Amino acid sequence: MIELLTGLLSYTFVVRALIVGVLVSLCAALLGVSLVLKRYSMIGDGLSHVGFGALALAMALNLSPLEVAIPVVAVAAFVLLRISENSRIKGDAAIALISSSSLAIGVMIISYTSGMNADTSNYMFGSILAMSKSDVILSVAVSIVVIVLYVLFYNKIFAVTFDESFTRATGTNASRYNTLIALLTAMTIVVGMRMMGALLISSLIIFPALTSMRLFKTFKQVVISSAILSVICFVVGIVLSFIFSFPTGASVVVINLLMFSVFSAIGLFKKKR
Amino acid sequence: MKLISCEGVTIGYDGQRAVNKVSFDLEQGDYLCIVGENGSGKSTLVKGLLGLIKPQEGSITFNGIAPNEIGYLPQQTVIQRDFPASVGEVVISGCLNRRGLLPFYSRAEKDRAADKMKQLSITEIQKKSYRDLSGGQQQRVLLARALCATEKLLLLDEPVSGLDPVMTADLYQLVAELNQTRGITVLMVSHDLESALEYGNKILHMKTETAFFGSTADYLKTELCQRMMGAKL
Repeated sequence: MIELLTGLLSYTFVVRALIVGVLVSLCAALLGVSLVLKRYSMIGDGLSHVGFGALALAMALNLSPLEVAIPVVAVAAFVLLRISENSRIKGDAAIALISSSSLAIGVMIISYTSGMNADTSNYMFGSILAMSKSDVILSVAVSIVVIVLYVLFYNKIFAVTFDESFTRATGTNASRYNTLIALLTAMTIVVGMRMMGALLISSLIIFPALTSMRLFKTFKQVVISSAILSVICFVVGIVLSFIFSFPTGASVVVINLLMFSVFSAIGLFKKKR
Repeated sequence: MKLISCEGVTIGYDGQRAVNKVSFDLEQGDYLCIVGENGSGKSTLVKGLLGLIKPQEGSITFNGIAPNEIGYLPQQTVIQRDFPASVGEVVISGCLNRRGLLPFYSRAEKDRAADKMKQLSITEIQKKSYRDLSGGQQQRVLLARALCATEKLLLLDEPVSGLDPVMTADLYQLVAELNQTRGITVLMVSHDLESALEYGNKILHMKTETAFFGSTADYLKTELCQRMMGAKL
């Protein structure tokens, strides 16, 4: 076991993937609690598809992928949030529309420029090899920003998640914090997308929160448990991915699913007693 | 002293007027009940008072109270019913407007939250999860949160919907007590006309426009009230 781990850590790409992955898992889990509770889970999915389109575009134009994707996805986050707040347009339909359109445009761009190949598959399902050195630096910076902002605004994020009307009525600018949550989500998704894959990154947001809610009953417990679970699932997933050369994203999701089942079972058992 | 005066307030959505030229005054210490049928504009008026929607016409003047000093008890949302949060976490979130941009709660806010929980006798359940509470206990928790935000005015939007008769009576008693002993002004939107007449000292009957505004005693004499009571009986 130890041999395996030291072997793993001797590869730079594994170390990079671990650093970025752990930070992204942490960010995604923190934000996920609010997104799941606010019934915004689909926004994560929508944003990752927009991210895929943006990455394809960046590749075609020979630009740095993260620098293109972050602003594009941030704008998309803003738009999706506005759509969800506006009850006249059905939010879920609009998200589905935007996400499948971006995916389609992304695929078109890729097949026009480089053709559908292993790269495309990596984009969709994640690859452990995805991170370059500059990507790592940018990812670490973004993750630290997300975590610091989340901790600083923790109480406000709780209030806005629990009861937006009350928070608004007592003079807190709830829209500002909704926007903050969406922007932080956008950044997290872009950074984690290439390792986890565009189709699977949203699970990183949804799973830890849902799993924790099976067992824990206060917001703080749920947040802390999600953060820990998310990191554990990621590390186990990436080790699996390395040993059996599974795609990283898929391995992490499967581990998350496993944890979800375990927590659900314990939750049911506790309720029955 | 007039805490809030509304003059000719008109609020509408999509070109339709949900609230049409409504005027009323809320005096300090009042227990004002807003009654009316579904779709009569009660909830819209509440949103206007809270500053969630801007009135198209007319003015809402606050006197001796800031617009953000309204202790609002909203209708429960679907999200809240299975929300993982402890009672303590919910109550202290009422102190948020005292913090401004400062990130964490200080001793003062923690003491304030503890004090309000004691007042509403929910101290014993402060570690419990909000979603495991009964409807009546949940309303107490939200009331404690509202009191953390302000001690001037409570605005309750259909507070007893979904509560059983015992809890309903209990909540009315509690609000009446806060109104009488602590001098907290109460504004309640209600379907329950009988309790409105029993506890409120003033009635605003809405039918998009003001159908009646005045003291409860005067309201009892109106044909409008008798028709409403007749419909109930």
